[in-house]
Amino acid sequence: MSDSSSDTLRAEAVSPRQRNFANQLFELVSSMRFAISLLTLLAVASIVGTVLKQNEPYNNYLNQFGPFWFPLFESLGLYAVYNAVWFLVILAFLVLSTSLCIARQTPHMLKEMRSWREHAQEVSLRQFAHHAEIAGDVGEQAQGAASHYLARQGFRVRTVVRDDGTLIVARAGRFNRLGYFLAHIAIVLICLGGLLDGNLPLKLQMWLGNKQILQGVAMMGDVPASARLGDGNFSFRGNLFVPEGKSQSAAVLNVRDGILIQELPFSLSLKKFTIDHYTTGAPKRFASEVVVTDRKTGEQVERTIEVNKPFTFNGITIYQASFEDGGSQLQLHLKALKQGVLSQAFQAEVGVNQSIGTGDSARTLEVTGFRPINVENMAVRDDSQATSLAMSVNKHLGSAVSKPGDKDLHDVGPSFSYKLRDAAGQAREYNTFMRPVQQDGRWWMISGMRNSPQEEFRFLRMPLDDEGKLDTFLSLHAAIQNPALTKAIANRFAQTALQQQGSNASVRPKLVETAERTLTLFQVDGLKSVADFIETQVPAPQREAAAGVFLKVLYGCVWEAWQMQREADHLPAQDLDEARAMFVRAVLAASSDTLHYGAPYFLQLSGYNEVKASVFQVTRSPGQPVVYLGSALLVAGILCMLYIRERRLYLWRAVNAHSWLIAMSANRRSLDVGLEFAKHQQALTHTLSRSGAAPGQ
Amino acid sequence: MLATQSETQFLDEQDAGWKAFVRRLKWFDWLYAALLVVGMVYTFMSLDQHRDVFDTAILLGMTPVFIVTGWWWKPFRLLFIGVVVLALLATQFYAGDLSRANTQFFLKFMLASQSAIGWMSALFFMATASYWLGLLARSEFAAKVGTSLTWAAVVMGVTGMLVRWHESYLIAPDYGHIPVSNLYEVFVLFCIITALLYLYYEGRYATRAMGAFVLVVISAAVGFLLWYALAREASDIQPLIPALQSYWMKIHVPANFIGYGAFSVAAMVSVAWLLADRGILASRLPALEVLDDVMYRAIAIGFAFFTLATILGALWAAEAWGTYWQWDPKETWALIVWLNYAAWLHMRLTKGLRGAMLAWWATIGLVVVTFAFLGVNMFLSGLHSYGSL
Repeated sequence: MSDSSSDTLRAEAVSPRQRNFANQLFELVSSMRFAISLLTLLAVASIVGTVLKQNEPYNNYLNQFGPFWFPLFESLGLYAVYNAVWFLVILAFLVLSTSLCIARQTPHMLKEMRSWREHAQEVSLRQFAHHAEIAGDVGEQAQGAASHYLARQGFRVRTVVRDDGTLIVARAGRFNRLGYFLAHIAIVLICLGGLLDGNLPLKLQMWLGNKQILQGVAMMGDVPASARLGDGNFSFRGNLFVPEGKSQSAAVLNVRDGILIQELPFSLSLKKFTIDHYTTGAPKRFASEVVVTDRKTGEQVERTIEVNKPFTFNGITIYQASFEDGGSQLQLHLKALKQGVLSQAFQAEVGVNQSIGTGDSARTLEVTGFRPINVENMAVRDDSQATSLAMSVNKHLGSAVSKPGDKDLHDVGPSFSYKLRDAAGQAREYNTFMRPVQQDGRWWMISGMRNSPQEEFRFLRMPLDDEGKLDTFLSLHAAIQNPALTKAIANRFAQTALQQQGSNASVRPKLVETAERTLTLFQVDGLKSVADFIETQVPAPQREAAAGVFLKVLYGCVWEAWQMQREADHLPAQDLDEARAMFVRAVLAASSDTLHYGAPYFLQLSGYNEVKASVFQVTRSPGQPVVYLGSALLVAGILCMLYIRERRLYLWRAVNAHSWLIAMSANRRSLDVGLEFAKHQQALTHTLSRSGAAPGQ
Repeated sequence: MLATQSETQFLDEQDAGWKAFVRRLKWFDWLYAALLVVGMVYTFMSLDQHRDVFDTAILLGMTPVFIVTGWWWKPFRLLFIGVVVLALLATQFYAGDLSRANTQFFLKFMLASQSAIGWMSALFFMATASYWLGLLARSEFAAKVGTSLTWAAVVMGVTGMLVRWHESYLIAPDYGHIPVSNLYEVFVLFCIITALLYLYYEGRYATRAMGAFVLVVISAAVGFLLWYALAREASDIQPLIPALQSYWMKIHVPANFIGYGAFSVAAMVSVAWLLADRGILASRLPALEVLDDVMYRAIAIGFAFFTLATILGALWAAEAWGTYWQWDPKETWALIVWLNYAAWLHMRLTKGLRGAMLAWWATIGLVVVTFAFLGVNMFLSGLHSYGSL
């Protein structure tokens, strides 16, 4: 970045040099053109890195680009642009170019800072953009007054009496030149520091130390020495996963599509991990209470590490990065949704797989997570209310606090997520809440299911009975889905219908048959098979009426099944009121939905013992102080360059001249140089002619 | 040359050293300083319990900064006193009870944060219209009205932000935070800072013609702000997530927006330059050299603050994310913005480049800035997700 300033005096001819190849190369690499080209390249490469998500699992890229482009992009290093060799080479060249530029410019800059230019010739002064003849006196007094004026204006002044005349030289803002030096050395420091903290040291170690990255998960003890980095490593950045009550002394470094293990000179044990929440449910504080033990000296330090409050131990900084479940213990209750499945209670642990069920309903249960708190917005939006602009504006007057009715935030309690994988390896994801949730005036157990991570969860809502239990629903569901009971329910349905309507007993067989067929249809695929049947068998005009009849029959059957169970349990008969009718409708809908739930059972969470784990980032960044020093110099340099204006003002009186020549130069051409010159010209004319003698002498 | 009275006077002030600067201060300057010192001492005493070392440093550091800013740019004194009075009035009206925002007349229609920001928005639109009327009809009066409206908008905007700050503490003490934590809040900040930078240049160069251009970009920001508040309900005060609970936020974000604001002023002035260069509105606009000078000064101040902001961001990132630089899309785009203006300054200062090329470059620079400011949040994912749309 050669500084070819517009200073007129610098027009001194550069002595012709021996321009051999080395010189030309030096010129090229230290030129501003070269540096700007590098910077442009750097900017373009950086843009690529922001558009393409970096450091994703390699499978994602394979899916995104396909088998042809994937290896090509991989060889270009596009999945980790900022660690790619070519990117580091550009950075290295930038450092080289800037260093050479500094080496080239600094001697000249120092000379300029020191030089008073006492030998400036009248001819060259007359070539300045700002120069003028001004009238005024000669002599000690006048010169003294002019020097005084200039000094007060912030110039440093020197008067030189030469054989050919008198020259008053004034200069200000010489630290502008220092700014150039500071800003450019800063760039070099920042790049060097960045290279020290980046991926380069790791690359070198892998190359020199013959280290191999590890693919796939291995137990800590099985990791070979070729994938381990010693605790003397001077620059690294890794992750440390520590469950509560456990301790860890090696970090994991993610490298390309694998990992390396970084030994740490200390072990870190997590006593407790705390999450505080705001009333909105948003997280307020993540804090890990840790004990750090030096592995050599045995020295122990207790600390609380929080986001924005890292802890540095023997040169290694430990940050709160994230948190996960550390293997919570869950008490689960398996509740049958299909014939032949036995309900049972069992224990599960987050992160541990186990087999459940037998025969057709055998699955591998993979518990993937547990959340003790789920804050949901339970507000019902009233869309019927017309919203006029005036209302909308009124809503936005006043304080910036959400208005009542906007949000109704509630903690709906714990939830756990799991996958059920069948023998074929197909897995469905579930997310089930522990506590019932109130919706539409009734309490429900809620469980979400999706077939793949791309889908949204679909929710199964199962109604609770008056005792707040799922039992009534489950037994009614079992009854109406059980072909062996279908006949009995249908019979009872027909009997009740005849009693109520008082119709002819001859229609009874027909009624029984209708109820039986409807129930059997329902057992295939729930309400969907009923709808499909109507769609295919009933002419369009009668479909609505037919649907009403089918539903009435189904509701009736559920009701009868309920009453049959109550009789069997020796409970008194019930009247069909509106609340019970609602329950019946809910049972039917939920029973239908279970057929699309994809699992033969529902896992109810009955108790838990939460174990949290904290994820820390541990780094040793030797370049950090270098980068910070560079940053400080950069700010100082930029302020000097932009806000210290270097100016030189000359007052020249040749031996036989009748007036002063005033000339001014600045290393930047800008509007205020002209303004300032005009001001000084005016003031100096005044100053120089005040000392008594007539102007022009 | 273009030595108008105020410009010569300005040079006097700048050149003659700080002693002369202090000598020229009037009684009002000293009153202003005294008020600030009294305010500082009072705050110091009343916050004795809650103050930590950062609060103390900010309190001690910002008082002289505000005093000197007011001495150096005189209109700032009235602005400062005005917003402090209005904000204090608002806290008195609130008297610790948020629900008064809906019942107390002045709060509901003027001083509560959303009302004040609403006024700011309306005033900016009116100012834009006035400046354009002034420019097209050569009406000095309309342009003066534009200036007054812009000042009024700034007063309401700053008041709105201060009151919002107060309201956040009224919701719950653990909610309280400076309103620079999400996209809605920083957009208000952007409008205020851009307007203030413009007003400074308006006074310094004694021309109101550039207002028509700069206020366009402010109006666009206000338009976005209104859409964001009305359609997306973005104006609610949200508590700070742990990553944002840091003192660095209070200086990183405002420094960044001085940068963005200054680059926007430069871009709009360069649009004026390009028009004037083609003879469009040329007789109504200041001389090309003046526009060129404003462009340079805006980019220079913007660059200085943007550099500072990026470094502050790096310091913060080192504390929050464990590394001062990790090529997050927002960081990378900040670097691209920085490189763009670094190159612009190099071309102008060391190569002496002038004219249409630089003006086009400064205009296009706004596109890069807008992408870094908004586009990254809309199209790219990364760690700066709290600014997401």
